Amino acid sequence: MGSELKDVRLSVIDERIKSVKNVIAVSSGKGGVGKSLVASALSLTLARRGYRVGLFDIDFTSPSTHIILDVGESRPIEDRGIVPPKIHGISYMSITYYSEDKPTPLRGVDFSNALIELMAITRWGDLDFLVVDMPPGISDATLDIIRLIKRSKFLIVTTPSKLAFETVKKLIKLLSDLRVEIIGIVENMKIRKSDFIKLNAEELGIRYLGGINFDENLEDALGDVGRFSKTQFFRGIEEIAEELLKALASRA
Amino acid sequence: MISTVIKVLKSEGLEKILEIGVGIGELQDIDLETFKFALMQLRPDYLKDAEFKFKIVKTRLRCRVCGHEWSPRRDELDEGVREAIHFIPEISHAYLKCPRCGSIDFDIIDGRGVWLEYVRGKR
Repeated sequence: MGSELKDVRLSVIDERIKSVKNVIAVSSGKGGVGKSLVASALSLTLARRGYRVGLFDIDFTSPSTHIILDVGESRPIEDRGIVPPKIHGISYMSITYYSEDKPTPLRGVDFSNALIELMAITRWGDLDFLVVDMPPGISDATLDIIRLIKRSKFLIVTTPSKLAFETVKKLIKLLSDLRVEIIGIVENMKIRKSDFIKLNAEELGIRYLGGINFDENLEDALGDVGRFSKTQFFRGIEEIAEELLKALASRA
Repeated sequence: MISTVIKVLKSEGLEKILEIGVGIGELQDIDLETFKFALMQLRPDYLKDAEFKFKIVKTRLRCRVCGHEWSPRRDELDEGVREAIHFIPEISHAYLKCPRCGSIDFDIIDGRGVWLEYVRGKR
C-alpha cells in the first residue's frame, strides 16, 4: 500500500476545506514585512463587507495574529473535530490554542505533521475566504500549503527594500513554475515615494495591489481591534482588499 | 480511515474485506472504546462483517542532542497538555524534554498517528 493511501489524514483535509471558496496564503520572502498584520487586517475587512472569513495562523513557531486580534480566552469547541471560535466575526485558528506561550521549535517533518493534524481536525464550514498567515521564507509551509490545498492562491507581502524583493523574486519563480496562482503583491512600510516594487512586480507579470506607508501608530493599536481599524495601515488594506476582490473577479 | 479502506478494496480488486488492521500511536492518546464506536457507526454496510484489529504502538522519543531514547509516562503531563498533544502530537516539543540532557530537540520515532496497518480480504 502506498504511503499516501496509508495516511488517512490527507483524505480528511480535502473534506474539511471543500466548502471554502477561496484560500489566500499571505506569504513573503523575508520575515518582518507585515504578513500577519496584512492577514489580520484583510480578514477583518472582508468580514466587515459581509463575507464569511476564516483566518488560519500557520506561523507555528512565531505566531502573531492572536496578539493583533486579541483573542482573549477564546477556545476552539470540540465537536466532531474542532470548530474555530469566532473572533471579531472571523473563524480563527492558531496553534497557540495548543502551545500557549511556550516556545515550539519544529523541524521540517514535525512542522508538516503539525499542519496536517490541525488541518485534518479543523472544521471550517462554509467560508468565502480562508486567509492563511504563512511563516516567512520559502520552506516547509510553502510546500505543504501547495500540496495540501491545490487551489490555494498566494498574496505576497514585501517591503520596499531590494533585499526583501530579492527573495520575493524566488517565491514568484517557484509559484509560477508550479502554476500556483498569485493574486498580487502588497508593498508595506513605504518610507518614500518609489516605483521600484511596482515596476519590478509588473515586469514579472504580478499585479501590484497597492502600497502602504509606514504607520508609526500601528504598534500601539496592536491588540485593540477598534483602534487597529482606524489606522492608516488599515485604510490602506481596505483599498487593497478592493483591488484583491477585483483581481479575483476578473479571473473567475 | 473507512474511505481509505474502500480505496484499497477497489484498487486491489477485493470482493470482501475480512479484517482491518488499525495502528494507533500511544501519543495520540485515543480513547479506544470511543474510536471503536465511531468506526462501527461510520462504516458502510458492506464492511459490517469486517473485524477491526487494533495495535497500540508505544511512544518512543529520541533526543537529537544526546541520543537518549525514552518513552514518556502518561502521568507526567496534566490533562490539558495531554489533550493538546492528542490533537497535535508535535506540540509535545513544547512540553516534553529529554530526561538526560533537558533538550526539546527530539524525534518522535514511534507512537504518533493513526494508520491503516493492513487490510485482509477475499477476491
